[in-house]
Amino acid sequence: MTVTTRSSSDYRHPILEYIRQDRLPHIFCSACGIGTVLQAFANALRSLNFDMDRLVVISGIGCTGRASGYFESDSYHTTHGRAIAFATGVKVANPNLKPVVISGDGDLFAIGGNHFIHAARRNVDMLVLCVNNFNYGMTGGQMGPTTPDSAITVTSPDGNIEHPFNLVSVAAASGAVFVARWTALHARRLTKSLEKALQKKGFKFIEVVSPCPTLYDRYNRHGSGLDVMKRYREISVIRNFTDPMKAEIDYRTRIVCGEFVDTEKPEFTDLLASQAAELQKR
Amino acid sequence: MQKAVLTGEMFTQGDIAAAEGALAAGCRFFAGYPITPATEIAERMAYRLPRIGGRYIQMEDEIASCTAVLGASYSGVKAMTATSGPGVSLMNETIGLAAMTETPMVLVNVMRGGPSTGQPTEASQSDIMQAKWGSHGDYEIIALIPSSVQEMFDLTIKAFNLSEQFRVPAFVLADEIIGHMRERLVIPHEDEIEIVNRKKPTVPPEEYLPFKAEEDLVPPMATFGDGYHFYATGLTHDERGYPVMDDETQLALIPRLCDKIRKNSAKITEAKTLETEDAEILLVAYGGESRTAMRAVKDARNKGMKIGLFRPVSVWPFPKEQLKEAAANAQHVIVAELNYGQLVGEVERVIRNEVPVHLIPRVCGSPHTPDDLMKEIRRRIK
Repeated sequence: MTVTTRSSSDYRHPILEYIRQDRLPHIFCSACGIGTVLQAFANALRSLNFDMDRLVVISGIGCTGRASGYFESDSYHTTHGRAIAFATGVKVANPNLKPVVISGDGDLFAIGGNHFIHAARRNVDMLVLCVNNFNYGMTGGQMGPTTPDSAITVTSPDGNIEHPFNLVSVAAASGAVFVARWTALHARRLTKSLEKALQKKGFKFIEVVSPCPTLYDRYNRHGSGLDVMKRYREISVIRNFTDPMKAEIDYRTRIVCGEFVDTEKPEFTDLLASQAAELQKR
Repeated sequence: MQKAVLTGEMFTQGDIAAAEGALAAGCRFFAGYPITPATEIAERMAYRLPRIGGRYIQMEDEIASCTAVLGASYSGVKAMTATSGPGVSLMNETIGLAAMTETPMVLVNVMRGGPSTGQPTEASQSDIMQAKWGSHGDYEIIALIPSSVQEMFDLTIKAFNLSEQFRVPAFVLADEIIGHMRERLVIPHEDEIEIVNRKKPTVPPEEYLPFKAEEDLVPPMATFGDGYHFYATGLTHDERGYPVMDDETQLALIPRLCDKIRKNSAKITEAKTLETEDAEILLVAYGGESRTAMRAVKDARNKGMKIGLFRPVSVWPFPKEQLKEAAANAQHVIVAELNYGQLVGEVERVIRNEVPVHLIPRVCGSPHTPDDLMKEIRRRIK
């Protein structure tokens, strides 16, 4: 039997061609879930052989807001919360483009919440991928719209008293045609959902529950990033097509994962185009 | 299919003329949010754009409207929004982003009384400084002020052309008087309308540096979908478009964003004068207020008084040289504006105490009367 060895220089990571290699190393902390999410997204692009000339990756501000800078495609980094509004302009101006918004829970649901619900309501063709780490990481771990009840952050030092959003419920109620939730542990299932969403027309939303071992999970004594992943394995259950209103997300008890909504509805730019075609005949 | 350029004569409103000017300039995307007294522009665009192959979208607020305009512009479509002061207050976040990512876009502000909700249906010119300084940080924009329905059309085209040429947000700063005034509008044949388009990269994608400026300080702009795979960010960025937080990168970027307008200001500034050659008293007025001033000049000249009018058409950059020339023989400069004193500061900066500069402000919804201006002229004339 012959054993062949390859030196590390022969090895080329299969997703490298989707990544701006001159921007590596990335800025994300060790054990943060954003890296997993970006890799899953790149893997989905690769398995679909996605036309990178049509992809536009757009993000807002924050840790996840830096995502757009790492993809070898057209990409734009907006001001805080505005990625979806920018993506709407892109899609309406050139319906051949495929905007993908990758951003965090604070960016998309606090400062950008208005844009989220209205793009979902219009059913503008875009994929919104939200890394939910329950706090504002980039600015040092402040509470946000998804911070759980009683959780400790630097701006809720005595425990959070606000009621958090259940993001999949917000997305479904606003009109998204595809809604899924995974944790950073579910890399393969997340990739499959991304593949499905990238091929589907309309407003798609995927939430990825992610560790923030540097801030949120440290303040709340959740242990290391690995400990948080172990906890995800213990408490997460997969319940596809659960009513999103009932898709529990509680680190103390249960995180319900799965694809909750997969439906069809006329897409906004298609409707614009068909109405315009009618008008131009007159 | 309807024509994009409605060549011919019409009797119409300033707001409609701005919409038609935008279409004639090649605008094919409008995103906006209803607001008095600019709504007629959105209404016209909602009717006209789908009929000529463009797209109109009413967004959830002004922040989204302006941001969608940037997305459309980066996707290769000439795009604009229209609003009034309260809307501009919200859009200023995105104006900064447009300046930073060098995005061509046009914003028509039909000014109403402020601050805050102010006087929605009344005329004002109180957003002159907001246009210039509205967003944080050092940057430059272009702002043009129409004084007639015809200029609403002409200057909206010019705003698009300058915005494309310099990759900068361009404002049309109309007041409610001009926005809602009805006058004759002459729309030329489309072959007679000068159209400027942004520079596109001439190098292959692997050699393209999206923020490397050419001699005119403006970088060629690739379009999403053309295979250039570039990244743009509101963070301080190098020529590749990548965020870099050092002094060197900030020093290479911010002065250029300002200088591409300041050093090219001779190509941008415009002013009109009336009877200024021998004027001993120079009136400075713009927009709706300049219509009153024109009448005051005629009345004063009929009475043998040597009065002239200087009307800035581009307000940012300010036509300094033109003002110096118009004020060459003046003993007094009188600035009449529909605010509590905004452009007067810029006039003082140019006149530099050489002769007294007097302000006649007005903050109550209607323009001065010619008599109001005559009173001030009589006080100053020997």
